[in-house]
Amino acid sequence: MRGNHVIAEAAIRAGCRFYFGYPITPQNEIPEYMSERLSKIEGGVFIQAESEIASIHMVIGASMAGGRVMTSSSGPGISLKQEGISFLSALELPAVIVNMSRGGPGLGNIAPSQSDYFQATRGGGHGDYRTIVLAPNSCQEAGDLTYKSFDLADKYRIPVLILGDGMLGQMMEPVELPPEIPVKRLPPKEWTITGAKGRPSRFIRSLILDPFEEEEHNWKLMRKYEKISKEELLWETFSIEDAKMIVVAFGTAARIAKGAIKRVREEGLKVGLFRPISLWPFPTKILKEISRKVKHLFVFEMNMGQMVEDVKLAVDGGAEIHFYGRPGGIIPTPLEISRIISSYYYQKKLG
Amino acid sequence: MKKVFSRPKSIKKNPFHYCPGCGHSIIHRVIGEVIDELGIQEITIGVPPAGCAVLAYFYFDVDMGEASHGRAAAVATGLKRALPDRIVFTYQGDGDIAAIGTAETIHAASRGENFTTIFVNNGVYGMTGGQMAPTTILGQNTTTSPGGRKERRDGFPIPLSEMLAVAKGSAYIERTAVNSPSNILKTKRAIEKAFRAQMRGLGFSLVEILSPCPTNWKMSPVEACHWIDEVMVKHFPLGVIKDITGEKKDVN
Ligand code: SF4
Repeated sequence: MRGNHVIAEAAIRAGCRFYFGYPITPQNEIPEYMSERLSKIEGGVFIQAESEIASIHMVIGASMAGGRVMTSSSGPGISLKQEGISFLSALELPAVIVNMSRGGPGLGNIAPSQSDYFQATRGGGHGDYRTIVLAPNSCQEAGDLTYKSFDLADKYRIPVLILGDGMLGQMMEPVELPPEIPVKRLPPKEWTITGAKGRPSRFIRSLILDPFEEEEHNWKLMRKYEKISKEELLWETFSIEDAKMIVVAFGTAARIAKGAIKRVREEGLKVGLFRPISLWPFPTKILKEISRKVKHLFVFEMNMGQMVEDVKLAVDGGAEIHFYGRPGGIIPTPLEISRIISSYYYQKKLG
Repeated sequence: MKKVFSRPKSIKKNPFHYCPGCGHSIIHRVIGEVIDELGIQEITIGVPPAGCAVLAYFYFDVDMGEASHGRAAAVATGLKRALPDRIVFTYQGDGDIAAIGTAETIHAASRGENFTTIFVNNGVYGMTGGQMAPTTILGQNTTTSPGGRKERRDGFPIPLSEMLAVAKGSAYIERTAVNSPSNILKTKRAIEKAFRAQMRGLGFSLVEILSPCPTNWKMSPVEACHWIDEVMVKHFPLGVIKDITGEKKDVN
């Protein structure tokens, strides 16, 4: 199955019944699949909205009503959705947002790129907030993480971003899909606005004029973010036991890096991989522990250097960090990356 | 003693924060009366705007979900599609609906989204201090159109209700005012008709209400009411603009 289709199907199986979106490449297979699939499910709603801004606010409406809801887009469209993502965060509404990112800034191109790491992990919109960001690197993982996202979103009442790129969206791999959750069996939500039948009326708002109350709201969000930072970390390691140097990469770049590492391992170089899967929360603590033993980290990203800042914050001067990036939608081959890794490896006299 | 007048059940006890002579208070009350009379308090969901009515959730005793500036029609679309058997209304000012939220509104009407919009037109941005609105009439003084709105510089005011009437998905659109007892009664009937259109599933319904903003018009409340009659209605004529409900017309 194609990555974009896997994400859409996994969402349906997780109980997503509402999808609002706007066409943009390279994620169009998601709305196309959702349109078809949701039209055949009772209570399923698909709207191709007039804009990204409208679609994210439709997401807000359906989420207020208690539904499991998703939207998807790519870089330029995600920029437009930021207003709504800030509101989702303030209103503490669950939602799943997919960004199949592309080369940028501006219109850029539609080639695979990791240029939206900052936008995804730093909030992107206005105000003091965080969103959970998950970065799959295979079709199987795209399905599994999308499925999990809906639970995370509901558990913490937070928007969850899936950050992929055109490569993940377009490639085809065999996958094992998760079981379908009957929507009726999802846990009830006590905070939704559905009409005040048999209870006092309630409202959901983000306007808090009193600075003391707004500060309290900010601290409340902060406590939630701290809990997530402790409990929802995801990462993968590969061949790190004897490693003298570790490549740090996420998503598509990590896939390329893994191929490169297999090559250099054949030549006897002791290189491993650390792949953050949750980009926020970033697996800071574990990377810091690794940096106590391995003193050379090679950060590879398909951008000009964004995640490398989180790596630096994590190791806090405890290891030497080298960065190699390819922006603009270039996909280096594992062979190219293996050459760059090994030249750095020998330069640092590790072999 | 017989009680002849009281607060509608759908309006909370909180005192309104609106300026003296402001139309919002009257409009809130009228909506509350209609919700009571239709017996829909428990199934109604309101979407308040950004603007002077941003705190509307403190006044309406129904479930309310805040929208950001201009996005009420999109939020209402999500709510109503998720809960098709509830009654959903948005409450929006002129800047909210006819400037920043124009796209959301026109497309919701075009899709025939089955909710009701209360569009309060006072020709200025009230909360931000009286700047020019999309509905400021030519010649009207505002803080960003000093010396009066000029078409060459500021463009013409937007007749949003007439534009929405053209949309195939709109069912009921009427323009009223709240500057006199008889106009207030007409407003109430219009809102009731709009809600009934929604209850029958006919599509998008909207009541535009010309509403005094004495503070930013720099007039007394009485002068503001007169100004609506003497000036504003010439640019925004009152009456039914679209009606596919088939209900008998009110004799005005
Ligand atoms: S500024 Fe105008 S619209 Fe706002 S509350 Fe005062 S009178 Fe009403």
